[in-house]
Amino acid sequence: MELVVSLGIGVLAGSGVWLLMRPRTFQVIIGLSLLGYAVNLFIFSTGVLRSGAAAILSPGEVGSIDRYADPLPQALVLTAIVIGFATTALMLVVLLAARGLTRSDHVDGREPER
Amino acid sequence: MPDALLLLALLLLPFAGSVVAAALPRHAGGAAAAVAGAVAIGALALVWVAYPAVSAGTVLRAEFAWMPSLGLNLVLRLDGFAWLFAGLVTGIGALVVLYARYYMDPGDPVPRFFAFLLAFMGAMLGVVTAGNLIQLAFFWELTSLFSFLLVGYWHHTQAARDGARMALTITAAGGLALFAGVLVLGHIVGSYDLDALLAAGDAVREHALYAPALVLLLLGALTKSAQFPFHVWLPQAMAAPTPVSAYLHSATLVKLGVFLLVRVWPVMGGTDAWVWTVGLAGLVTMLVGAYIAIFQDDLKGLLAYSTISHLGLIVLLLGLKSELALVAAIFHVVNHAAFKCSLFMAAGIIDHETGTRDIRRLSGLNRLMPFTGRLALVAAAAMAGVPLLNGFISKEMFFAEALSAEVPVHPLLNVLPLAAMTASAFSVAYSLRFIHGTFFGPDPQGLPRTPHEPPTWMRFPVEILVLTCIMVGMLPAATVGPYLDVAARAVLGPATPAYSLAVWHGINLPLVMSIIALAAGAAIYAALHRRLREGMDGPPLIRRLDARRIFEQAMVAISWRLARRLERILGTQRLQPQVRLLFGAAIAAGFAAALLRGVGPGNLAPAPVDPVLALLWVVGAGCALGAAWRAKFHRLAAVMLSGGAGLVVVVTFVWFSAPDLAITQLTVEIVTTVLLLLGLRWLPKRVEVPGERGPEVLTRTRRLRDLLIAVAAGGGMAMLAWLVMTRTPADLLARHFLARAYTEGGGTNVVNVILVDFRGFDTLGEIFVVAAVALATFALLRRFRPAPDSLELPEQQRDADGAAGPQTGWMVVPFLLARLVFPLIVIVAAFLLLRGHDQPGGGFAAGMVVAIGVLLLYIIGGADWTEDRLRFLRPVAWIGTGLLLATGTGLAALFFGRPFLTTYFAYAELPLIGKVPTASALIFDIGVFALVVGATLLMLVALAHQSVRAHRRRTEEG
Repeated sequence: MELVVSLGIGVLAGSGVWLLMRPRTFQVIIGLSLLGYAVNLFIFSTGVLRSGAAAILSPGEVGSIDRYADPLPQALVLTAIVIGFATTALMLVVLLAARGLTRSDHVDGREPER
Repeated sequence: MPDALLLLALLLLPFAGSVVAAALPRHAGGAAAAVAGAVAIGALALVWVAYPAVSAGTVLRAEFAWMPSLGLNLVLRLDGFAWLFAGLVTGIGALVVLYARYYMDPGDPVPRFFAFLLAFMGAMLGVVTAGNLIQLAFFWELTSLFSFLLVGYWHHTQAARDGARMALTITAAGGLALFAGVLVLGHIVGSYDLDALLAAGDAVREHALYAPALVLLLLGALTKSAQFPFHVWLPQAMAAPTPVSAYLHSATLVKLGVFLLVRVWPVMGGTDAWVWTVGLAGLVTMLVGAYIAIFQDDLKGLLAYSTISHLGLIVLLLGLKSELALVAAIFHVVNHAAFKCSLFMAAGIIDHETGTRDIRRLSGLNRLMPFTGRLALVAAAAMAGVPLLNGFISKEMFFAEALSAEVPVHPLLNVLPLAAMTASAFSVAYSLRFIHGTFFGPDPQGLPRTPHEPPTWMRFPVEILVLTCIMVGMLPAATVGPYLDVAARAVLGPATPAYSLAVWHGINLPLVMSIIALAAGAAIYAALHRRLREGMDGPPLIRRLDARRIFEQAMVAISWRLARRLERILGTQRLQPQVRLLFGAAIAAGFAAALLRGVGPGNLAPAPVDPVLALLWVVGAGCALGAAWRAKFHRLAAVMLSGGAGLVVVVTFVWFSAPDLAITQLTVEIVTTVLLLLGLRWLPKRVEVPGERGPEVLTRTRRLRDLLIAVAAGGGMAMLAWLVMTRTPADLLARHFLARAYTEGGGTNVVNVILVDFRGFDTLGEIFVVAAVALATFALLRRFRPAPDSLELPEQQRDADGAAGPQTGWMVVPFLLARLVFPLIVIVAAFLLLRGHDQPGGGFAAGMVVAIGVLLLYIIGGADWTEDRLRFLRPVAWIGTGLLLATGTGLAALFFGRPFLTTYFAYAELPLIGKVPTASALIFDIGVFALVVGATLLMLVALAHQSVRAHRRRTEEG
């Protein structure tokens, strides 16, 4: 199971990194989004992967790590998801503004010289 | 008065005065001077109050906890030596304030001047009363900073700006070196406390790091005290107003280096390294300074080089292995302050009255301002070391030390007595030039102003100082004796040698040397004075060594040429190479760590593979690869594929017990997709032409390299993730959170309790970031100008037959459905929000759900229709409400005497519904919810409105 998820993280990260190095701004945005998935999953996976152990206590219970999944990475990833959304939005708007100003969607703001 | 209060008052009084003076209006120069004078006299009185205790040998000490965990305390400490310096700083400060009151031109912003002066006084007192080395370094840099502001006071002149900049560059760089030296010393001693350092002399001298510590410390001390070759800044700093020169450049700032050397003398002094570096620096500075001073045409320039020379003398004394020399050095610090300060003030009076400071243009002023002339005459005689004045006594002590000092060279090579005599002769020569050139000779011709005596009170400080010179010169033991004794004893302790302060010691070698020096100095002046009057264009022999030019060239080389070259070699304005470098470095660092440290086996057995999830991830990986492949020419496909990968991530979250993450990710996924779709419209059309010849060789190799980087990054991440997942640390923070989520946080959903309670401060910070980002997108879009080729209506809209409003045509059914569904969506959101503390849900997810509902109306109903109906839709108000609610909940805890963001919870008994958990965290979560709604809508609506705006613009133009 761990193997499947880690390979998945690898493919997401590799695709993201490849796109981040591309010249067009839209590619970079999609790349950021994919790399974001990979990193979120990675942080999530630092609390061991367990099925059917969501950290929902029963009232009055003193929870223990033996019965429940680690909630801390989940809390971290939850904020990371929202922040990731906000930065994607900001990137998109910067991209659009740059395209309007420079007339180019190249990441350097001008078409490369051949 | 308790020690702590006294020391604190002494330190804070000048800074408080500085703030008051700075707050005065621009033309309230008199009031500012009164404030400054009151502060200086008050501080002097405080110093005086401390005298009985200090003279009894007590060290006043006050400690304030600063960072107790690091063993750092703020320590104020006043021993006899610090007391003497504090007396100098406040006493001369008071005189300078009085002088400046008459010197400063009311047209200048005088309150600012006094504010800087008082702040400088506070910084000086901070250094001398520092009982902690880091504190000392801090106030040391503060003195450099205020010296910069004071020298650059007339910042409209180029000379003041250059002088201030040079002074700051050299002394602040020295201060940084001092800071580094202090850190090394603290490492050696194991404490930054000054008393601990003073008690650790042997340990410091024998430590392997003694040499680096010494060099760093000396860099600080020698730059501050303008020792060769760092003396450059002092003559340039003469562009300062004369009170500043009288205060900083004779009595206080430049003496700080000496202060530091005396402070560390018992700990670090006496070694060969110390004797060579300190002694040699002092010797060279003394000779070079005195020599150059003779050839200065500017009165203040002459005094500046003379100061350099006298500082060299003091430093040389400190470099000798002799306790008596230390006493002589402290004595000369006081003497030099008295006569040099009065001479600077006299030079200022001359400048003020005649309009020039050029010795070649001045002459015969004695007839026009006889009283000032006589005062200057006495002060200059003290500088030259004429008997019956204070300079003579310390010079005699210096000669005696020069004759008897143990130096680590062969006796025949010992040039010390000769050098001492030469410097003394030069000193006589420039003193004569100062007096004879200015006050004697024919009446002055063509001066900018007709000189006469200055106002009585302007002359008063000079009178006091000159009187001091005479009193100390005639009755040294009765006047300065006790104070000098207190200071010397504080440094040397029981090792203080017996010495005698007297004018007449009988006819001995030092006296003979004095007489020779006086005669030689007079002869040098007599031989040179005609040529000097005509102008000699700098000192002979070293005329071409213009230190200022060397400094300027060095600055240009470092800050301009070197920087430019490095930028050309290392810099690029292109993003792609930078990103590649970044990834390359990260991959290399990751693999290097794994290779160097090795990877041990994990402590968890991997779970068996579930084919469903494996199949799911085949799809997910395919989506990711497809998105990477299609993102250039098929953007819509890429958005969809990336969304597909996101959905697989959502399922993975569900699979592995993270329902909250899944809900949030799912809603964010929807909103992100809509956002990207809205953006697509403004991007240029990019069409893959089939049959076009493939990319060039260069591009292909570049792509291959990128592919390798991407594969390495992906492989590395996969390996890392695998390694992390197959091991778990023995102790996890989660234990603590799981155990206390219900019992102390009052919620069963641990993730939510962490977010809104345990780590509430993180969440608060995060929602502020989201708010800032939303406002930034909004601001950017307000000025959005689309590229011309995106202005036209997209072909999809153009070809749509009769794109009518939502109420008619083919949108009727979806529109009806959307309106019906919207209340349901809001109820779902409320459900998620309210149960968040106990079940999966929470503010983030609920906010996203509401935003999605509104989006649906926008998409189907159109912007105009939706905004007409939904009046509550004011995103900025939502953002503000959210932030206020969240922060307010946090602050409310303060009213109950709890720390910021403490959660309160209880069970409320509601009729019909029953027991309901109510935690104040719920209000916090409502704040988060409101903010997420506002921020998401603000971004999306601002982007969506661009189409409407562009459409309006088109119709207006068309």
